[in-house]
Amino acid sequence: MADRPKIVVIDDEVQMRRFLRASFDPSDSEFFEAENGTEGIRLVARTNPDVVLLDLGLPDIDGIDVARQLREWTQVPIIVLSARGREKDKIEALDAGADDYLTKPFGVGELLARIRVTLRHVARSKGAEAEPVYESGELKVDLPMRRVFVACKEVHLTPIEFKLLSMLVRHQGMVLTHRQLLMEVWGPAYCEETHYLRVYMGQLRHKLESEPARPKHIATEPGVGYRLLVD
Amino acid sequence: MADRPDPDALLAQLKEEERSNGRGRIKIYLGMAAGVGKTYAMLSDGQEAKRRGEDVVIGYVEPHGRPETEALTVGLEQVPLATHDYRGVSIKEFDLDAAVRRKPQLVLVDELAHSNAPGARHKKRWQDVQELLQEGIDVFTTVNIQHIESLNDVVAQITGIVVTETIPDSLVYDADEVEVVDIPPQELIQRLHEGKVYVPTKVDQALSSFFKKSNLSALRELALRHTAERVDRQVRTYRAAEGALEPWHTKERIVVCVGPNKMSLRVVRAAARMAGTLHAELIAVSVDSPRQSMLGEADRVRVVEALRLAENLGAETVTLSGQDIVSEVIRFAQSRNVTTIMVGKPIRHRWRELVFGSVVDTMVRHSGDINVLVITGTDTTGTPQRLIPKQTERTDWRGYGLAAGVTLAATGICSLMFNRFERINLVMVYLLGVTYVASRKSRWAATLAAFLAVGTFDFFFVPPTKSFAVSDVQYIFTFAVMLVVALLTSTLTARLREQTVAASIRERRTAALFNLSRKLSATRSRIEIGTFTAAKIKEVFGCDVGVLIKSRATGKLFSGPESESKFEFKPNENAVALWVLDHGKMAGAGTDTLPGSEGLFLPLNAENGCVGVLAVKWTGDPVRDPAQLHFLENFANQLAVAVERTNLAKDSHQAMLQVEKERLRNSLLSSVSHDLRTPLTIISGAADRLRESVHLTDSRDLELAQAIAVESERLGRQVRNLLDMTRLDSGGVELNREWQSIEELVGSALSRTEHLLQCHIVKTELAADIPLLMVDGVLVEQAIVNLLENAARHTPAGTEVKVSAHTTPGQVILEVANNGPCLAEGEEDRIFDKFYRTSPKATQGFGLGLTICKSIMEAHGGTIRAINNQEGGVSFMMTLPMSESVPEVPLG
Repeated sequence: MADRPKIVVIDDEVQMRRFLRASFDPSDSEFFEAENGTEGIRLVARTNPDVVLLDLGLPDIDGIDVARQLREWTQVPIIVLSARGREKDKIEALDAGADDYLTKPFGVGELLARIRVTLRHVARSKGAEAEPVYESGELKVDLPMRRVFVACKEVHLTPIEFKLLSMLVRHQGMVLTHRQLLMEVWGPAYCEETHYLRVYMGQLRHKLESEPARPKHIATEPGVGYRLLVD
Repeated sequence: MADRPDPDALLAQLKEEERSNGRGRIKIYLGMAAGVGKTYAMLSDGQEAKRRGEDVVIGYVEPHGRPETEALTVGLEQVPLATHDYRGVSIKEFDLDAAVRRKPQLVLVDELAHSNAPGARHKKRWQDVQELLQEGIDVFTTVNIQHIESLNDVVAQITGIVVTETIPDSLVYDADEVEVVDIPPQELIQRLHEGKVYVPTKVDQALSSFFKKSNLSALRELALRHTAERVDRQVRTYRAAEGALEPWHTKERIVVCVGPNKMSLRVVRAAARMAGTLHAELIAVSVDSPRQSMLGEADRVRVVEALRLAENLGAETVTLSGQDIVSEVIRFAQSRNVTTIMVGKPIRHRWRELVFGSVVDTMVRHSGDINVLVITGTDTTGTPQRLIPKQTERTDWRGYGLAAGVTLAATGICSLMFNRFERINLVMVYLLGVTYVASRKSRWAATLAAFLAVGTFDFFFVPPTKSFAVSDVQYIFTFAVMLVVALLTSTLTARLREQTVAASIRERRTAALFNLSRKLSATRSRIEIGTFTAAKIKEVFGCDVGVLIKSRATGKLFSGPESESKFEFKPNENAVALWVLDHGKMAGAGTDTLPGSEGLFLPLNAENGCVGVLAVKWTGDPVRDPAQLHFLENFANQLAVAVERTNLAKDSHQAMLQVEKERLRNSLLSSVSHDLRTPLTIISGAADRLRESVHLTDSRDLELAQAIAVESERLGRQVRNLLDMTRLDSGGVELNREWQSIEELVGSALSRTEHLLQCHIVKTELAADIPLLMVDGVLVEQAIVNLLENAARHTPAGTEVKVSAHTTPGQVILEVANNGPCLAEGEEDRIFDKFYRTSPKATQGFGLGLTICKSIMEAHGGTIRAINNQEGGVSFMMTLPMSESVPEVPLG
């Protein structure tokens, strides 16, 4: 990661771009704007940014298509900005290659946190090894050793539970769609079996959370997927 | 295969069960005669029911003035009686409408077989009772054995009194309960002597003729046997249901042949009795042969009466058409696996049978393995009258004239031939003349021509000429043969002509119907369809026609342009039309329902219910002929189909519009949501930024920034609610159902509302056994969020908010409870109304959140309600139906 991360915003609303620009400190980051999809793709190619903020409702190309086209040649993290109630669009964008999403209206703090998580994820995957340990509150996951602790006590997980958890840990702080999880853990033939996730996530929560109905670690993104929360 | 239940039996069982659903139950108190104490028993049971807490009213009880009976009516509410004025006498009757309006649980109605006064809706009281049952009202009623239709003539034989008021057997057979009210005959006679029995006629006369011990014993036996048979049948039905099908043989089916003689009624009754004892299905069949279509009015009515009687006795009625009665009946019987055919014993002279053949003989010969049962009758009305076509019913002077003229002409020709030809050839000329007359004019004219021919031939050409005397006895034989040949030819020719006429009538009808259907299929407007059909019916039947079509918006009837149909509805006939529309049955003149009205009303029954009413007012004599009525019904059916078609066309158009509307609304919604949310994001984001800004040092500025942030968040919430509401409100919300875990949805909702509930104590209590539910996760989560937001806003800080869930059979109950302030009385329901606020001054919230919850629950087939807790606070209970089969998840 560069010292000053480059951020590209693709949004047709002038005010939105202005607001986003104001949200970043020019001394901390470089900011580029595009007002439609075509221009956005060109801008990404030219500036090679560290993160792309992508609005789904663009005048020329659909935001989902922009994400798809970018993914053809770049692994740049893409964060989608979308309204609530358009869960279908979000999932489509995520499955098309976007890394995370933000629901409008969102706060600046939320936005910055998302960007931080994404940048960290990129840094991790660029480094030779994945971050070996996840620690949050009383939960500690040691991926290389395949061990999980809650309040310093080891918890036994079934192989599938561990596979799920390790997927979440590898993408900690980021949303994972049902499809992505099912594909990774059970295989492509099980992409529609969301009830598998409901059952196993429930089991995981009961093993890892002190209060499963008020999870502190594994958050549900209604209609979209799951996210492992980071401090 | 042996243990496979008979499908017919299963169907009957199913019908039985269906019948008991939503329909009222009927209990019949059956007695052998008046005075056995039926009314007393009924009233006692009514009082008992009232003591049990049922809502019991008296619909009608005969005011016989017996003190014991009257004492029993005390305390039971009496539905006011209707008064009908008939020829200056006002008659009090049971008021069906008042009883239905009152809608009690149980109505007591005395004398089931009673005939209503003219002006009542139904001809018979039992029809009133049936309507009560249809309305779901239970009925207790009384009847004497002699009123049961199939026993009618048996009773007449025993007592010598013909009872005209009868009730269909099916009513008693299908009754939920029948109680025989029985006392020994001696005791009944005793009671009669003591004046305890009210008999309408004078007591002495009644005593001597009816209340004889022999009579009463026979009637008693009849009543008991009838009930025993019914019980037996019930046992069988029960056993069939239990699966004990051993005594169940192939179902018996009886066909009874109905013809245009009085004996038919008797045969039908006998058949119904037999079907009753054998538990057989009864089918009454009449054959509409060309001969039949030429029958006189009286004979036709007789066929209709017999068929109607059969129907009342629970039989299916079928009218076959064909040339040969016997082969049609047998073919039908074979196609329906009939076991027995019943026919009346013909009362014909033997020579007729020899000449024309006997139906019974032919039937026995051709019936194969079907039993043929011949019923004798004492009615001696003889053979049916033949129809004399209407135009020739008047003396056919022209025909006679032609007969005379033709005979004259034949004589002229013969006189020219006389000396050159043999006499036998002259006979041929005369026969030719007779045939000519028969082919042109009536049978009587042809008969006259035949006699004239023989007469003139004798007078002019047989020696001694110019005299009727005959010298050679040989000629007597010539005359006889000549007469027979002439009569036979004329009969055959006339019959041929009649058949042609009948065929052409049929053809005209078919053509009319064809024309109608062709025209209707090209018509789109309902008014046009109505007008055209009315004109066509008027043309074919020569009657006034009105077409009333049900408006689908209001459910009311409307008619076409008045100028086209001359039909004028009287106010009470509108009521008849509405009745027909509601019940989908024929009513009005000529039927048993509301026969007082001038018009006949036919329902337009289409696949999706009754779409309108066809009203017909006969200008001449009312048509009673079943074939004609059937034909009229065909018109009604065509009309119904056409109206239904336009309705469907309109529906599909509506659906298209709806889709278009939906598309528009969706694009509007998404653009509104985009246009509102983007600025909101910017405002709240900007305010956030200001709030955290280190440059903002003035505490007042900081407060302003705070206010902007909080208010824009509130605005955001309200925009979301409004959009959600609009989406849900349109009804067409499409649920994105997936398997969801309640725990997960609760967890997500709690984390979304965490910042709102910071100052509240949140607790969760979710039962471990809650299965996955097939619901729209986003919507259900939203509902929980709304309830939590509601709790956060309407309860003071420090209030405990508890989310709990548990299962009850078939459903999951999700509860969000708080121990804050209670709702005011009556508010529990109103808070779910749109834009309702707990107090007029409340500034918080649009009051949409709860309405959205309600819509979401309803879309899922669930419910929501609010209850004030006893310990204080409010509980919001949402119920969601459990999904039938939760899928398996592999372990691992």
